[in-house]
Amino acid sequence: MDIPYAVEARRDTGLTNGKIGIWLFLASEVMLFGALFASYILIRTGSPSWPRGDTILSVPMATFNTLVLISSSVTMVMAWASLMRHRFETFRMYMGATILLGLVFLVVKYFEYSEHIHAGEVPSHSNFLAIYYTLTGLHMLHVAGGMAVNAYFWGPGAKLWKTNPEWFTNRVEHSGLFWHFVDLVWIFLFPTLYLL
Amino acid sequence: MSDQAVVVPAHGAHEVHHHEDELGFWRKYVFSVDHKVIGIQYGVTGLLFLFFGFSLMMLMRWQLAYPGSALPTLGKLIGEARMPGGTIVPEFYNELGAMHGTIMVFLGVVPLAVGGFGNFVLPLQIGAPDMAFPKLNMASYWFFFLGGVTMLASFTAPGGAAQSGWTSYTPLSVIAGQGQTWWLVGMIFLITSSLLGAVNFITTTIQLRAKGLTFMRFPFFVWAQFVTAFLLLLAFPPLEAAGVMQLMDRIAGTSFFLPSGLVVSGQVIHNAGGGNPLLWQHLFWFLAHPEVYVLILPAMGIVAEVIANNTRKPLWGYRTMVYSVIFLGFMSFIVWAHHMFMTGMGTAMAAFFQTTTMIISIPSVAILTSLIISLWGGSIRFNTPMLFALAFLPMFGIGGLTGLPLGLNVADIPLHDTYYVIAHFHYVVAPGTIFALFAGIYYWFPKATGRKMNEMLGLIHFAGSFVCMNVIFMPMFLVGLAGVSRRLFDGGATYAFSQPVLHLNVVSSWGAWILALFQLPFIFNFFWSIWKGEQTDDNPWQATTLEWAAPSPPPHGNFLVVPEVHRGPYEYSVTGAARDFVPQSEA
Repeated sequence: MDIPYAVEARRDTGLTNGKIGIWLFLASEVMLFGALFASYILIRTGSPSWPRGDTILSVPMATFNTLVLISSSVTMVMAWASLMRHRFETFRMYMGATILLGLVFLVVKYFEYSEHIHAGEVPSHSNFLAIYYTLTGLHMLHVAGGMAVNAYFWGPGAKLWKTNPEWFTNRVEHSGLFWHFVDLVWIFLFPTLYLL
Repeated sequence: MSDQAVVVPAHGAHEVHHHEDELGFWRKYVFSVDHKVIGIQYGVTGLLFLFFGFSLMMLMRWQLAYPGSALPTLGKLIGEARMPGGTIVPEFYNELGAMHGTIMVFLGVVPLAVGGFGNFVLPLQIGAPDMAFPKLNMASYWFFFLGGVTMLASFTAPGGAAQSGWTSYTPLSVIAGQGQTWWLVGMIFLITSSLLGAVNFITTTIQLRAKGLTFMRFPFFVWAQFVTAFLLLLAFPPLEAAGVMQLMDRIAGTSFFLPSGLVVSGQVIHNAGGGNPLLWQHLFWFLAHPEVYVLILPAMGIVAEVIANNTRKPLWGYRTMVYSVIFLGFMSFIVWAHHMFMTGMGTAMAAFFQTTTMIISIPSVAILTSLIISLWGGSIRFNTPMLFALAFLPMFGIGGLTGLPLGLNVADIPLHDTYYVIAHFHYVVAPGTIFALFAGIYYWFPKATGRKMNEMLGLIHFAGSFVCMNVIFMPMFLVGLAGVSRRLFDGGATYAFSQPVLHLNVVSSWGAWILALFQLPFIFNFFWSIWKGEQTDDNPWQATTLEWAAPSPPPHGNFLVVPEVHRGPYEYSVTGAARDFVPQSEA
């Protein structure tokens, strides 16, 4: 049985099912991170003292990671644009780059985490570190999730390109929307945690 | 997103079709992607959990009616740790209370109302072949199932299941036993399930409407489910965030919800401190108030369908009802702190939240009034679904009206921690929502099985349940107004001021136990009718909405002919029409 509007857009809404689905999912993600940011504000404003992020965290590492994620957003767009131009090999290259940049981000994050943990700066140490680990940890899970989906489209999922290129392109676009969202969360996290 | 939807060459298409006919038992009934099977799975699981949650309450009612006395026979079965010699220990009572609330709300009513009726009825009512994402739909059920299993398994955790109430207020829940961690993990499964469901419902409603089915031609049930899905989508994530933070507090030793210098059992606990216990309450009620409307909106949707059908009249004020339900959904996000007047919030905050609370009562009253006026001048058919739907109106009315004093800061403070609150929200959810759900089961049973449930047994079920529900909850208003706290393990027996109302605890308890007996005709009727019920045609209630244009039971893919919609949802008794109903699909 075929589900209508999985591939072509419905005339009156101008959208495919997947496009609506991913935006709804992102709306709920906004509420998830929004609640955590709100909690951060409440806990910070309620505490007698709060450290500046750069006195504890490494701003250079985070700046580097910000550049990495922004670049990965660019390669993600290029991957999708390649599919729109029916250049599958170029798609593979850009998608591969997106996944690798995600990996670089996680590796840098790993070094940051292990440095803090070796210095005894664990989540229970202070509420600053508690919210730092919770927010960045949850963000890292999102990065890993996005990488898994992208890796699927880079590898086994790419079979769909041969049978239904339009649908495959849509799926990559949706995965891209999620990836940009993950990038955007970091753009908020970076100043909030490291600079303020 | 099913793989069947892949465009394949003609030869392949034949194979796909062949494969579909040959679905084995597991793919057809257990790991099915068919919205109707998933709806029934959700519904039956929800009913089982409702019964289990009710059983926990029946145990609590023993302790409340006869505090400290041994429960004959059954008490021995629970075990020495929880009921030594057959008497309930306080920790077990707390376990029962927390899990009764959690199970009834998250594993009983919502799965039945949204997962069950939403899944089964909504795609049929909009003329869709299935949900927009059938595989996500299946995943949604199985995440729910995992959440349910985790909650049940938590009873075996060291120290028992969660004991901090269904609200899991901090800091109590942070320092509670291991069962609380299981509760949090279970909730994360349930939140994932509801997220997948909500995305699916909204997308399906927007995209898979039949040709000609504009939004203002939706049956009210579809509107109710549509708004409900938005509430689930946007209100649950903050609780997930809160759940993650509580897990961090419990496992990683952080202090999100633990203030500095917290003293537990006479000892200052060692933690970083600086946390805010009220933060949990805010995040919890940010979900849990919209959740109240998740409990009630699908019920209103069911009642609207049943009333329109059995009065043989269009709903009075359909447009008003639609605008009200949208406004209700929006407002439900900004009233949450009326659950927290007791925390001593500032008057400015309290003034804001009591104002929004009074405003939100307006659309609720508009919907209820429209439903009541819809009865006016109708030639009402008093069948079982209609009886339950009719009973919903005054029951929800009592629940709603007794809520008004609770929405006002000054009146709330003396009432909030008493049995008055228990009576209030149970009137909304138990004889309110659950009656509507029963109405839905009797009403759509012929669609799911091709057979009607027995009317006589239905009547006994209805009459008994109606009387017992009121016997249980009406006395609680009096107990609450007398000032008896709702959190006492002995129902107030140790306090002098509660002595004059203590006998009412016994009345409520007997009401609950007899209510259980009156569910037996329903359980028997349900199974008996699946195989032996009176066979019906596709449209036994002579209804107008699209689900009745499909065969009973509908095959995978639902409709034999792709339906088209030509009119509004409730064209009953139209002047000049050949019959007293004109189906939406009729040209």
